[in-house]
Amino acid sequence: MSEMNLQEAVVTTRLDAVVNWGRKNSLWPLPFGTACCAIEFMSVMASKYDMSRFGAEAMRFSPRQSDMMLVLGTVTNKMAPVLRTIYAQMAEPKWVISVGVCASSGGMYRTYATLQGIDRIIPVDVYVPGCPPRPESMLYGVMKLQEKIEKEGLGMRKDHIRRFYESLERQKELEARTGLTGQQAIREMLLDAAATGAPTIF
Amino acid sequence: MDSIAITRQMLDGDRMIVNMGPSHPVTHGTLRIVLELEGELIMKATPEMGYLHRGVEKLGENLSYNQFIPLTDRLDYCSSILNNVGYAVAVEKLLGIQDPPRSRVIRVMVSELARIADHIVCLGINAVDIGAFTAFLYLFKQRETIYDLFEMAAGQRMHTSFTRVGGLMRDLPPEFLPLFDRFMEECPAAIDELETLLTRNPIWHDRTKGVGAMSIEDAVNWGYTGPCLRASGLAQDLRVAQPYLDYETYDFDIPVGTTGDVFDRYLVRVEEMRQSLRILAQAKRKLAEVGPGPVIVEDYKIALPPKEKVYTRMESLIHHFKLIMHGIEMPVGEVYSSTEAANGELGFYIVSDGGKNPYRIRVRPPCLPIFSSFDEKVRGRLIADAVAELGAMNVIAGELDR
Amino acid sequence: MVTEHIEEQLPGAVQDKHDFRGDHTIVVGAENLLAVADLLFKEGFQFLVDVTAVDWPEREGARFDVVYHWLNLTSQERLRVKVPVAEGASVPSLVSRFKTADWYEREVYDMFGVIFDGHPNLQRLLTWPDFPGHALRKDFPLDGGDAFCMDGCTAPYNRG
Ligand code: SF4
Repeated sequence: MSEMNLQEAVVTTRLDAVVNWGRKNSLWPLPFGTACCAIEFMSVMASKYDMSRFGAEAMRFSPRQSDMMLVLGTVTNKMAPVLRTIYAQMAEPKWVISVGVCASSGGMYRTYATLQGIDRIIPVDVYVPGCPPRPESMLYGVMKLQEKIEKEGLGMRKDHIRRFYESLERQKELEARTGLTGQQAIREMLLDAAATGAPTIF
Repeated sequence: MDSIAITRQMLDGDRMIVNMGPSHPVTHGTLRIVLELEGELIMKATPEMGYLHRGVEKLGENLSYNQFIPLTDRLDYCSSILNNVGYAVAVEKLLGIQDPPRSRVIRVMVSELARIADHIVCLGINAVDIGAFTAFLYLFKQRETIYDLFEMAAGQRMHTSFTRVGGLMRDLPPEFLPLFDRFMEECPAAIDELETLLTRNPIWHDRTKGVGAMSIEDAVNWGYTGPCLRASGLAQDLRVAQPYLDYETYDFDIPVGTTGDVFDRYLVRVEEMRQSLRILAQAKRKLAEVGPGPVIVEDYKIALPPKEKVYTRMESLIHHFKLIMHGIEMPVGEVYSSTEAANGELGFYIVSDGGKNPYRIRVRPPCLPIFSSFDEKVRGRLIADAVAELGAMNVIAGELDR
Repeated sequence: MVTEHIEEQLPGAVQDKHDFRGDHTIVVGAENLLAVADLLFKEGFQFLVDVTAVDWPEREGARFDVVYHWLNLTSQERLRVKVPVAEGASVPSLVSRFKTADWYEREVYDMFGVIFDGHPNLQRLLTWPDFPGHALRKDFPLDGGDAFCMDGCTAPYNRG
């Protein structure tokens, strides 16, 4: 042992870099599939496209065990509180990919029922356009997220996640005070945000 | 949310309340079922829907007839073309026209392909939910081929928007038929493979037999259509009963079950895939008989004139302008037209006031009545049966909630 | 023809009837709906395919048409029954005869606000419990009436 060459046995690196390397190559996806994009996502998991090549095959349907949420499909106003609850339940660190135009902006459904973009209620890291995006573009979205993770500082993520939890507190408080359903509470919060010109409620 | 409130309220009794969904792997999307349990037994199941209600019917009142076609794709998104065809047939009924013979044959072809794709998803995922992963992987290879075919025909894998009022968006490209032939060779083998994996598998029998059985009378009373109704034993198939697209000239059988349980539905779906292949083989022969020709009506008050004519002839340019700006001239009236989609009777009820947009457009989703009977089917059974039952109902949230 | 049978056995029940593109339609009053449904059931129309409604805000008297589609599984005939109903008035529920009517009627209640008498559980189906308004009424705006989700784009696409 005493003759061990330090040069060969030890690698010096930054903590950020080594943690991020680990994080980016073992993303555990939580498919929050609501609509057609989820069907296309099945192809991504199945034999032809195979997402496991990117270290992301361990699909977990429990938010507490996963760190990458893929929002696949239309999120309606009725679904909005559910999405927020699930995001809140995910353990840190957590990332969100918004797959498809519906999740990103409401897409072709500019109606009373559809949430016009999930980025109004939860933080989003990567947007994948398309209706539905081809499996290749979904994989590209995952690769983009990996790039993003690689460059992140470890302390960087704290701020918007804190703001999200604060807004969740506000929502709970509003629900308790007025007796509204979660859907209506989020709607009220969105209205308030729109009045002040804020793009999101967190 | 209210769900949590219910849970707290009722926990003091013997029953435990479990929330299944709206984000749950077996709900394939966005259904919510509140289960009241005593141990493993389901005492009451309260299904709830609307989590994917996107306002399609309201949107349809604000879109012209052709603009609605992309929204029909997104109803039953496992078999988009079937919805396209169903909608086109409905609008053509309202107009009182028929699409050209070549278009009819191609519509039949793509419809049956879509039916196979839909059954593949349904069976594959149902098996995955129950714990048999292999069938999914084998079958999805065929589904990819179907999607490649759709991509050739329409330019998109899933949301094809292939039909137009009065015909099709375009003819099949020359590469279509060679790949189609390959599919026709490989698909029967894949179905056989599926049957070797599941049909005589004792675990599959244990999990599916007797689950969710239903008599014909009950099924009719609940408004069942499609494979679920046929599994109960009633041979009601709109392709035969009220033929459209010249289905009466094709030779195929309607498979029926005896009890209506999950296993029967599985068998019915497998056999329907085989029958669809039979129709496909005949359709290919027919396509050759019909020969080349237009795939959309040559009435420029209904369908756009070809681009070359628009650029070179004044009259066609005017037609093009009129159609885009003022839409199709619709008669005043109302029609209900239904076609046999993969899940059952897909109906479109269109009320026209003569304007550019429909006055009211209603989609009759096949799986809404099926899903509404969920409580009756799983009451007194185990949670695991609820999973099998839900998969075999093939509830597609997109058309359930619209 | 079943329309004639209904006219014979329930004189005065059929207020209007018309055919269009092979679809037969009869219009009956809400008070006669249950009798007509029972008669139809006896005539073989045992499959209630669909229940929906249409809103005619400008029409005198009854604002909504509740539309039922029946199918006779033996003869494959279809019949459409329309029940005009004024705003705030109610229609008898068919749940006791057709279980499938349960959710359809809830949907009509949710989207149009038509009340169904005798429905065991008349709650909203597609939207959430405190949703403001009834979405498929003609005076309900496509975007839900407020600008929060619209970013300035509130114009319906193609009116006109
Ligand atoms: S983006 Fe398109 S494919 Fe994806 S959920 Fe929305 S409508 Fe469906």
